[in-house]
Amino acid sequence: MKFRTLITAATFGLTAVAAAYAAEPQEMRQEMMKHVGGATGAMAKMVKGEDDFDQAKVIEALTTISKTMAEFPAQFPEGTETGMETEAAPAIWENKADFEAKAIALKDAADAGIASPPSDVDGLKAMFGPLTKNCGSCHETYRLKKEG
Amino acid sequence: MTPPDSNEPRPASKGAGIYIVGALAVAAIVGAGVFWFVTAPKPLGDDRIAAIDAVDADAARGETIFWAGGCASCHAADNAEGEERKILSGGHRLTSNFGTFVVPNISPDPEAGIGGWSLADFANAMLAGVSPSGGHFYPSFPYGSYVRMTDQDVADLFAYLGTLPASDKTNAAHELKFPFSIRRLVGGWKFMFFDDGPRVELANADDQVLRGQYLVEGPGHCGECHTPRNALGGFRSGEWLAGAPNPEGEGVVPNITPGGPDIAGWSASDIAYYLESGFTPDFDSVGGPMVDVQKNMAELTASDREAIATYLKAVPERPNGY
Repeated sequence: MKFRTLITAATFGLTAVAAAYAAEPQEMRQEMMKHVGGATGAMAKMVKGEDDFDQAKVIEALTTISKTMAEFPAQFPEGTETGMETEAAPAIWENKADFEAKAIALKDAADAGIASPPSDVDGLKAMFGPLTKNCGSCHETYRLKKEG
Repeated sequence: MTPPDSNEPRPASKGAGIYIVGALAVAAIVGAGVFWFVTAPKPLGDDRIAAIDAVDADAARGETIFWAGGCASCHAADNAEGEERKILSGGHRLTSNFGTFVVPNISPDPEAGIGGWSLADFANAMLAGVSPSGGHFYPSFPYGSYVRMTDQDVADLFAYLGTLPASDKTNAAHELKFPFSIRRLVGGWKFMFFDDGPRVELANADDQVLRGQYLVEGPGHCGECHTPRNALGGFRSGEWLAGAPNPEGEGVVPNITPGGPDIAGWSASDIAYYLESGFTPDFDSVGGPMVDVQKNMAELTASDREAIATYLKAVPERPNGY
């Protein structure tokens, strides 16, 4: 019973996050990326010294990244390769396992940050660089710049 | 007098025919001579070589040029990370409309790389696109940009490259379509498109803008991807940094003039921060081949990134070149 409750809660949690986005996978994943961008920006502003260090906000940002990344790879079903100004590269569908591994790598990095959160801005700086290397390492291969 | 039978050659036209054949033969010989002259590889003059040889070269300074020049982006192994990016073993396949270029080994290995080159050989490669054996390099090696580099930077870079690890990896030859497979024709490309003049004239440019201009138009060779090309591989005139179709496949390379839809709203410090961190003002991240370029830019000094940014705000606005 307890196990079932947990599963139900987990499923509900994920569904709730998914429901917050628009219906089409192309739009959902674009929204998800904006959430990750927003979370990254919150931390980057602390790294740049524009905002004061705030551990709670760092954990919140990392949690957003972790939760989003858990669901992100599922937003690329067959048939969503084009449309709605997607910048998803065909390589995603050619190397699905690698694409998913890259999402998980970012999730793991965020989870590690949540498990032992930085206590000051220097700690944040040390975490932020390696964490956000995951952005470029995935976008290098799996995002295409389209006409804008 | 009856008109001459049209099937019967007239004595007068026979004479004219000989003249025409003769004239064509002369034209062909002259043409071949002109072709041969125009397309001949032209190494640097002795004065320039002597000036470069006289430089007090510094390998540490050369590392900055190495990153500014993006050498590792093509010459390191695909997916190389960290220190591996300093092993310039080549092998990356660069696709284009002209065929596939296979990037050579430029590590200090004396056989597989350029360990046997003199500074003069290196200067001729960087500034004249001429190989030690006297032939043309294809302009996929961006000497069309590097030609603007200073003697000091060329000598420093050569000193730095000599400190990197040697690799004995050998690579396949280029796989180019005819007629681009005829190396001599590169001489025609050089005749039409290769010079060391500024890409844009900037009125009242201060030292910072000039430094940015040097980095972007010279070692940084940004225009090689960000400027659209004509069918012969030369830059389309009046479209400097206007963006271009992705030479390696689907998608585009962005317009980075102040007229570009992507960065029109960016401040100079936004551009500098992007080059440092890979983040756009709304914290989207760098993607595609620019990921590797940004890693190189992150190795520059903050003032050099600011100079690049200032220059990019100063160049003429252009509509998209793709």
